Amino acid sequence: MSEKPIDVVAKLLQERKIPLKVEGDTRGSIEVDKSKLVETARILKEIGFDHVKTVTGIDYPDQSKFQIVYHVSSFDLQLSRVILALKTWTSYKEPVVPSLLSVWGSVWTGERETYEMLGITFEGNPDMRRLFLPEDFEGVYPLRKSFKVKTEGLFVDKSS
Amino acid sequence: MKSGGMELDIVPVSGELNVGPQHPGSGHLRIFVKLNGDIIEDAEIDPGYVHRAVEKLGENRNYIHLIPLVERPAILDSVNMNLGYILAVEKILNVDVPERAQYLRSFAAEISRIASHLYGMGILAIFIGHSTGFMWGFGDREVWVQILEALTGARITNSYIIPGGVRRDLTPAIIEMTKKAIAFQRKKIKDWERIFLNNPNIKARLQDVGVMTREQAIEWGAAGPNLRGSGVYYDARKSEPYGAYSKLDFEIPVYKEGDGYARTLVRFEEIEQSLRILEQVIKDIPEGQILSDRFFKQIPPTRLKKWWEGQRRIVMPGYYASFRPPKGEAISRVEAGRGELVYYVVSDGSAKPYRLRMITPSYRSIYVMKNLLKGARYADLVSIYGSLDYFPPEADR
Repeated sequence: MSEKPIDVVAKLLQERKIPLKVEGDTRGSIEVDKSKLVETARILKEIGFDHVKTVTGIDYPDQSKFQIVYHVSSFDLQLSRVILALKTWTSYKEPVVPSLLSVWGSVWTGERETYEMLGITFEGNPDMRRLFLPEDFEGVYPLRKSFKVKTEGLFVDKSS
Repeated sequence: MKSGGMELDIVPVSGELNVGPQHPGSGHLRIFVKLNGDIIEDAEIDPGYVHRAVEKLGENRNYIHLIPLVERPAILDSVNMNLGYILAVEKILNVDVPERAQYLRSFAAEISRIASHLYGMGILAIFIGHSTGFMWGFGDREVWVQILEALTGARITNSYIIPGGVRRDLTPAIIEMTKKAIAFQRKKIKDWERIFLNNPNIKARLQDVGVMTREQAIEWGAAGPNLRGSGVYYDARKSEPYGAYSKLDFEIPVYKEGDGYARTLVRFEEIEQSLRILEQVIKDIPEGQILSDRFFKQIPPTRLKKWWEGQRRIVMPGYYASFRPPKGEAISRVEAGRGELVYYVVSDGSAKPYRLRMITPSYRSIYVMKNLLKGARYADLVSIYGSLDYFPPEADR
């Protein structure tokens, strides 16, 4: 195959005026404002990206904001070589992003987990409830950097 | 209703029922079902009873210390768990892996896949009341686990794959063991077909149960054999070959029925494909180093003499203790036993990952199982659960 898989995708996206950052033969990323997230997702689905592999929330406390990354790919023979990262940002003050559940059903688990671990609300997802954490979990949002893991000290008996 | 002169009143019974959380099958998990008669109207999957906080701990450990942690969630398939993580780290570090190590990675990964499928099959068998299948699954798996022990030093949680290569080399004794195991497994698969696959009871419990169409499988984000049982041709080993898979000849079994039986058949045929891969590895494996030169050079000569020349083992160079990869991010995928496994590692240039995201195949089965249970009969809950090969520790991470 002469043409790199990502080039095919880049061409398709260029026609639809979506800026793609190429990060290798099979990787690329798209960064959009959260107001354009659903719209961009729909276009990606139109050109054949039919499922989401991961939904990741990343906390950047120094900038007081979160990054949300959707890794999108396809089960189509050619497109399946490519994984695109669809990235968006949201601030601490308003940790709300539109849910992509209406576009891809496969975001369900990831959005729910990101909600309980980082406290980002996905607007439009009806299941914004805890999933993995116990009901009586103390302290909020364990994956935020402000949540410190308590470690037990290591005690060694020093016999004389 | 009149039948044979007897009056029969049907009283509608509805209610809610907890399945679990104490080990309903392959691990701790609670399924909260709303029943109407014996039809499941709604099912709520409540995972998290075996949560290990891999992602949070990942931000608090050095890269190398994370190997035993990331392979822990699926101890039955730990080579693949280990491999996916290392692939992501290697992408950030930009390391070349020697050819022999690539073959050894595929070798260990396929043994792990066979062991994982046999385990899954055993659990499915005991779920639907076939206790011989349970014994056989665990019995056959033992053979493969012993090969892993001879190769890596541990039965499970092998920590075999390290950045730049693997820890130990293949020996003639292990090759001999593997040849015997392949012959044994081929013979046993024939027995399995007779007692399990062609068993009318098993067929009755699995055929047309938990049917997932191709469109549903894609929409719900199913992974691995569950996806291929619904007619989707997708395997990370083909889409993005890692290890030595680009040089190995194997097929991807696909069934389009989408029921529990199709998923079971996919697993069975994958065992045969894995056996073929093992044969090719034994035949084609090239001579050479098993660790990238960049790290190999850092091992002190006295230790090299004792361990590498004496026993063909790698002693980890000091570099590994707290290496700092450059800034960047990487996403890797491998085809683990239960399906596609994805790691997303973000590095900020320090000795610990800034963010580690681990998406296991069972994690992706949570949504699939929730949807498949809706509308199923209560008695089919176990056969749907078993046929998805859902493993709670792997889903919880």
